[in-house]
Amino acid sequence: MNILYLLIGCSIVLALAFLTAFIWAQKSGQHDDLHTPAIRMLLDEELEEEEER
Amino acid sequence: MAQSTTLDKTTCYHCGDDCVAGCYSSAEKDFCCSGCKGVYEVLSRNSLCSYYNYNDHPGTSRQTINKRFDYLSEPTIVSELIDYTDSEKTIVTFYIPQIHCSSCLWLLEKLNQINPAIHYCRVDFLKKQLNIRFDHQQLSLQGLVELLDRIGYEPLISLQDIIKKQNAEPKDNLVLKIAVAGFCFGNVMLLSFPEYFGMGATEQSFRHFFGWLNILFSLPVVFYSGNGYFISAWQNLRNRVLHIDFPLALGIAVLFIRTVAEIITRSGAGFADTLCGLVFFLLVGKLVQQKTYHHLSFERDYRSFFPVAVTIIDGQSERIVPLSALNTGHRMVIRHQEIIPADAILLKGEALIDFSFVTGEAIPVNKTLGEIIYAGGRQMGQAIELEVVKPVSQSYLTQLWNNEAFTGKQDNRLQTFSERVSKYFIVILLVIAFAALLYWLPADPKRGLAAFTAMLIIACPCALALSTPFTMAAALSIFDRNGFYLKNTAVVEQMADIDTIVLDKTGTITDGDKNNLTLNAVLTREQEQLVYSTCMNSGHPLSRLICSYLGSQNRLELTHYIETPGGGISAGIGQYHMRIGSGKFVIGSREDPAHTTQVHLMVDEKYLGYFSFLQHYREGLEQIVGLKTEYRLHLLSGDGDYEKNALLSYFQDATQMHFNRSPQQKLDFVRALQLKGNKVMMMGDGLNDSGALKQSDLGIAVTDNVNNFSPACDAILDGSSFAKLPAFLRFSKATVRIIHCSFMISLVYNLLGLSYAVTGKLSPLMAAVLMPVSTVTIILFTSLATRLAAKRRKLL
Repeated sequence: MNILYLLIGCSIVLALAFLTAFIWAQKSGQHDDLHTPAIRMLLDEELEEEEER
Repeated sequence: MAQSTTLDKTTCYHCGDDCVAGCYSSAEKDFCCSGCKGVYEVLSRNSLCSYYNYNDHPGTSRQTINKRFDYLSEPTIVSELIDYTDSEKTIVTFYIPQIHCSSCLWLLEKLNQINPAIHYCRVDFLKKQLNIRFDHQQLSLQGLVELLDRIGYEPLISLQDIIKKQNAEPKDNLVLKIAVAGFCFGNVMLLSFPEYFGMGATEQSFRHFFGWLNILFSLPVVFYSGNGYFISAWQNLRNRVLHIDFPLALGIAVLFIRTVAEIITRSGAGFADTLCGLVFFLLVGKLVQQKTYHHLSFERDYRSFFPVAVTIIDGQSERIVPLSALNTGHRMVIRHQEIIPADAILLKGEALIDFSFVTGEAIPVNKTLGEIIYAGGRQMGQAIELEVVKPVSQSYLTQLWNNEAFTGKQDNRLQTFSERVSKYFIVILLVIAFAALLYWLPADPKRGLAAFTAMLIIACPCALALSTPFTMAAALSIFDRNGFYLKNTAVVEQMADIDTIVLDKTGTITDGDKNNLTLNAVLTREQEQLVYSTCMNSGHPLSRLICSYLGSQNRLELTHYIETPGGGISAGIGQYHMRIGSGKFVIGSREDPAHTTQVHLMVDEKYLGYFSFLQHYREGLEQIVGLKTEYRLHLLSGDGDYEKNALLSYFQDATQMHFNRSPQQKLDFVRALQLKGNKVMMMGDGLNDSGALKQSDLGIAVTDNVNNFSPACDAILDGSSFAKLPAFLRFSKATVRIIHCSFMISLVYNLLGLSYAVTGKLSPLMAAVLMPVSTVTIILFTSLATRLAAKRRKLL
């Protein structure tokens, strides 16, 4: 059963990594604007490039 | 487009307004005005016509005239507008109200195709902001703004945005606190399960390991996530007020101390998961309450209405000065559609000033040379020159903001229900806790201490603290779905307490410019001229409406002219004698009390007929006037009383209607009502109502376009939702009732827990179950009950 110490340690390290990732995303402003990217992804790029060519 | 060719009227390819085919056309597409056509041409030149593929008619109407952005060449103004600059690039953020669809987004992020000096553009759709990075050596800020204006996206540049930027609030880290609390909550729960399910004798070493880990996880929850509660509780104690944060902080502290003590002395498992869950749920409740509308501003004042700079004549040359540098004695030039920023004397030119926003007067006013023109008017027509007589902040209109309603930190806001209740709650809680402690202390000190701490843990008013935020958040989302935007959640409770409603007239209960004038007479060409010439001499709004109805005519010379206030005009033109005015004045009979105002015409004792004005009031005025059984109603207007008769059919009581009120008098009127003990809700739309809106217990700005300017207020009501106001008022009362009910439910949970806690035998499992269950019950109850209440009032 002593393997539990290792497993719990691993799970906490993993969870901490996710928490750090979230904090980083929040601090770097990735959650500031949640609406615009949803619209932006619907806009086509190809059409534009064809015209340029 | 095949559809529109079959119709007689076509729609503008750019903005979708009706237009006449062939008037403005380019590449076989029709446009309503040269502005829309110009935008199309710019876009097609730069092969950006995909703009029109994403949405039909994505543009907004461009019938406004060319604006001047000369002031953007002034370095002092530029430096205030930009976010960042160095030798190569400049970064600037604009607020662009026209952003409304995916086409806007697409085009604005493709600006570098029009001008390669623009490196980077990013749109924030909800905030309607555009962030641009550009090379200022190739493109000036003025050039950039002119480019945006040319493609139909004129940024809104106002003084207040500059100021707002300067005192931008530090970024809130509530989300981070929730993330940390949630992370710890999840882990602690996982580590606490073995304890709840029971552990064998061989697994005792795990028990201590888990216990220490739990303490480790509780540390950031208490000292980082929960620190706000300790700070707030401490401040409350120092100010000698009891707030709900006090028992919360007490609960958190006791939970933490008892957990640490139990684990160190190995006497128990502690309450780490209850602690983390409590802080997590409380913070979520806080987040829910912080609803913000990014595209709305509730704090605007005259500064966001006034221009940023004004052109002044300095000797022979013209130069541009920022508004803050404008002083008395300056000679300024105001062009077509520009706003006069300070009280000034007219020196040169023909002034036709539109005061609609300041006084609520819908029709432009003629001013003669030497007359003082108050700030806030908009010049229509040719350029005029004026000499400033008062600085901007001391003007007739702006001095309203020096009133104590704006300067003093008045606290006429009501205490919220939870604030009132929590006072008693805390006192009762402490009394019971100490009673339990004293009861057990002589016989069994250990058990007494256990009972005491258990009481504080179980009575920690988590559900109580959550009932208000969750109910309010649900109510707010129902309001905004119906076009009613509240500044914060406290407004709902204020709204439920209102007993007096004060309405502004123009723009609030009347509907835009839909002033309908019909002529019930057949006039010859000569008679038209006579009526026109007579009415041209009068400043009365009805006279001006008649003049604009008759169009431009030859103006005849008058031999005499007498205007009787409240009656009409009697004038002589050549051999003719004119009488124009009310029925009583012209023919001596009473006017019929229909929804119309009538102006009768008589030439040489021969009755010709009458003009009738049908005022268009907003739909739903009947319902609002129908509220008078529950609320006291008042009408407060800056206009003269020429609509009194039309309004009388709605209000029935002339004493409720007050005309000719200045902005200051409106404020004083509201204050007088408040001094009589009334809770006043003010509804207004313009700068002239600003004082009254601010002074009132609940100020609502009514606007037809929520992105347009609206004065500082507690709530913004979309004009199309005007008829729903009675439902809103009833719904706010229902919301308060729901809060009362949820308080009762959480009290039941508290009592249930207390009956266990008094004996001192509170198991960690019991606390760990009770806390989330009560929280979930409250959240479910409040959101379901709010939806139900909204459905019953047809708001959902």
